[in-house]
Amino acid sequence: MKTDAKQQIMAMNGDEAVAYAVKQSNVDVVAAYPITPQTIIVEKFSEYVANGEVPTQFVCTESEHSAMAASIAASATGVRAFTATASAGLALMHEMLFVASGCRVPVVMAVANRALSAPLNIHGDHSDAMAERDSGWIQIFVENAQEAYDSIIQAFRIAESKNVSLPILVGLDGFTLSHTLENVTTLVDDVAKEFVGERELPLVQTHEGKSAPFKLDPKNPMTMGPIALQNYYFEFKRQQEEGMKNALSVIEKVHAEYAELTGRSYGNGLIEKYQLDDAEFAVVCVGSTAGTLKTVVDEIRAEGIKVGLLKLRTFRPFPVQEIQKALAEVSLVAVFDKSMSFGGNGGAVFHEVRHALYDNAAHPLIVDYVYGLGGRDTNPKEFKKIFHELHQIARSKRVEKLVSYIGLRE
Amino acid sequence: MATTQEWKFTAKEIAEKPDLFLPGHRACAGCGPANALRMIMKATRGPTIVTEATGCMEVVSSIYPYTSWAVPWLHTAFETSAANASGIDAALRILKQKGKLQEHVDVIAIAGDGGTFDIGLQALSGAVERGHDFLFVLYDNEGYMNTGIQRSGGTPMGAATTTTPAGSVMPGKLQHKKPIADIMVAHNMEYVASATPYYWKDMLQKVRKGLEVEGPAFLHVFAPCPRGWRSESAKSIEYEKLAVESCVFPLYEVVNGQYTLSTPSKLISLAPQKKRPVTDYLKGQGRYRHLFNPKNKYVLDEIQRWTDERWTILLKKAEQNA
Ligand SMILES: Cc1ncc(C[n+]2csc(CCOP(=O)(O)OP(=O)(O)O)c2C)c(N)n1
Ligand code: SF4
Repeated sequence: MKTDAKQQIMAMNGDEAVAYAVKQSNVDVVAAYPITPQTIIVEKFSEYVANGEVPTQFVCTESEHSAMAASIAASATGVRAFTATASAGLALMHEMLFVASGCRVPVVMAVANRALSAPLNIHGDHSDAMAERDSGWIQIFVENAQEAYDSIIQAFRIAESKNVSLPILVGLDGFTLSHTLENVTTLVDDVAKEFVGERELPLVQTHEGKSAPFKLDPKNPMTMGPIALQNYYFEFKRQQEEGMKNALSVIEKVHAEYAELTGRSYGNGLIEKYQLDDAEFAVVCVGSTAGTLKTVVDEIRAEGIKVGLLKLRTFRPFPVQEIQKALAEVSLVAVFDKSMSFGGNGGAVFHEVRHALYDNAAHPLIVDYVYGLGGRDTNPKEFKKIFHELHQIARSKRVEKLVSYIGLRE
Repeated sequence: MATTQEWKFTAKEIAEKPDLFLPGHRACAGCGPANALRMIMKATRGPTIVTEATGCMEVVSSIYPYTSWAVPWLHTAFETSAANASGIDAALRILKQKGKLQEHVDVIAIAGDGGTFDIGLQALSGAVERGHDFLFVLYDNEGYMNTGIQRSGGTPMGAATTTTPAGSVMPGKLQHKKPIADIMVAHNMEYVASATPYYWKDMLQKVRKGLEVEGPAFLHVFAPCPRGWRSESAKSIEYEKLAVESCVFPLYEVVNGQYTLSTPSKLISLAPQKKRPVTDYLKGQGRYRHLFNPKNKYVLDEIQRWTDERWTILLKKAEQNA
């Protein structure tokens, strides 16, 4: 069924939507290893390869560590590389994530977010990605399969942008998104390809003093991934931070261009505001929960309570100013965290949001709710209860408990 | 394999060929691996990309902003040289398929014994199983030298390292060396060979043969580390020779599973009286000094027994193919 000449509707789960976006993105090398709930991505992609539908070298590696190494090496050789993983797989890659960002290779990776062992649990939460927040990767979290598709298409442009040149992770909630069927509006192949475009390589100075595209090329020998000691390492890291900073505007720009093309947008690409403008208090979340919370916000508003939602789409780089602006007028902010930061007095998103709001002239009260660990369902009814609780806190202006857990037997 | 042609690497020819592993690196005097790499790079046949594991050879050759590499070179981590080669190979294939690359580019993955026998083995096994087109060069200095001479799966029995020190109850490392080449042969590779820079022509020919293979090839290069072996810098080359003559490190090729002794080892098989006792090789190396204390004679005996056994097994394998 066609919606217009450049788009069509397809029934896909989140993993399939990712694989389909990769298929349309003119990716040269996919190196990956299966892990639940990412498995469908590699399986689906293997099908495309088996049927000759993609001109891509698919390397089914013997581990995620090698998948990331191979992706880095392929990207360093000048081609476009993609991989996908989750949980333990991402943790096994940990070392290589720093290598990827340090080598400034624009690898794109989908992460079907999942809990970490022990105890072993295959279901969705954000522990995996949050544990990698300082690895130098751009991190985008999506709300539904549609956004997963759209974000993968955008990701190549963002990562490969010459003043960014950093790897990017697109997180989709395990099972909630990875395994749930949705209608996804996709671009037709040519339009998607054109949007993604060819990978352009930044020019760098070779050790022979020539200017050449940044890649492993016998015509212009380059030493990549060298050892840099006390006298240089720090500068490399500072430059990475510059790439991250640049990513903020590039994400916005690419997102706006895509919105123009498709008619679909997610706030400004960094944050999405929902009923926030006149809100008394606000909730902040990451990922698929935004969908649930939008419904809850509507229901609570129907009761005459002015609540708003801030969906944090881009977690790295952290859009500090956007968040400061968006939450400047509210008296209370509740952050929903789908991961723990043990001993940290609240989850990772809480830390970041609270930190950003410190500089607001009148900072609001801020509380944290940890929920959904290991795939525990949090339903609209429970959120509604929390919203009423928040309403009370906003009224009384007194926070009794900084960090609470939703739906936990204690 | 593409060819069985004998390569005519003459001393003149290799002396005239420009270095691709350049001088100015920070390796110790008498470093076997550095010497091996310099020579190995002389056997390249055209455009080549090198990827290296973390270890001495990476650290001494890529200290930013300097480099000793005149070819494109990539380092990512300790255990990843074969995984890197997989990614480079995949990239080169797609570039060719898309008509963006015309010429053939050889890929060489280099790692020390730690990056091969131990932490890198999984990635190596995976890359070989998948059939990527690359030559894996293991430079075996029998220890983790870069981090201060710790034992590896390639460290021989009796050697004192900083994690297997010779103490009052322990005579150095208790286990024998892992049979890495046999492990690679078990992967049904087209080409596996052993080499050492003393027999430089033999080594260069093997490098070229490994590059000629369309698929994975494995070269086990024996390369003394005077620092880690507590041996004299000037003697590295001599130890390479003694290791071959004592059959501690025999030279051979395995082409499609068929073992053939290379000339220096073949000569010993034809004239067994020329086979030297392992003590000729062990003595003089500080890492084995404690073995010459009479109370550790049993270790020397075991090293000799094991060396003989391995040699006999190798002879049988080579005979079966003769
Ligand atoms: C995952 C990981 N563990 C440990 C290290 C520390 N490390 C770097 S090089 C090295 C030893 C290298 O030994 P080998 O491969 O034998 O090469 P050599 O230094 O002898 O040349 C070690 C342990 C590392 N870089 N990465
Ligand atoms: S420690 Fe050994 S391997 Fe490392 S550079 Fe020195 S001699 Fe070479």
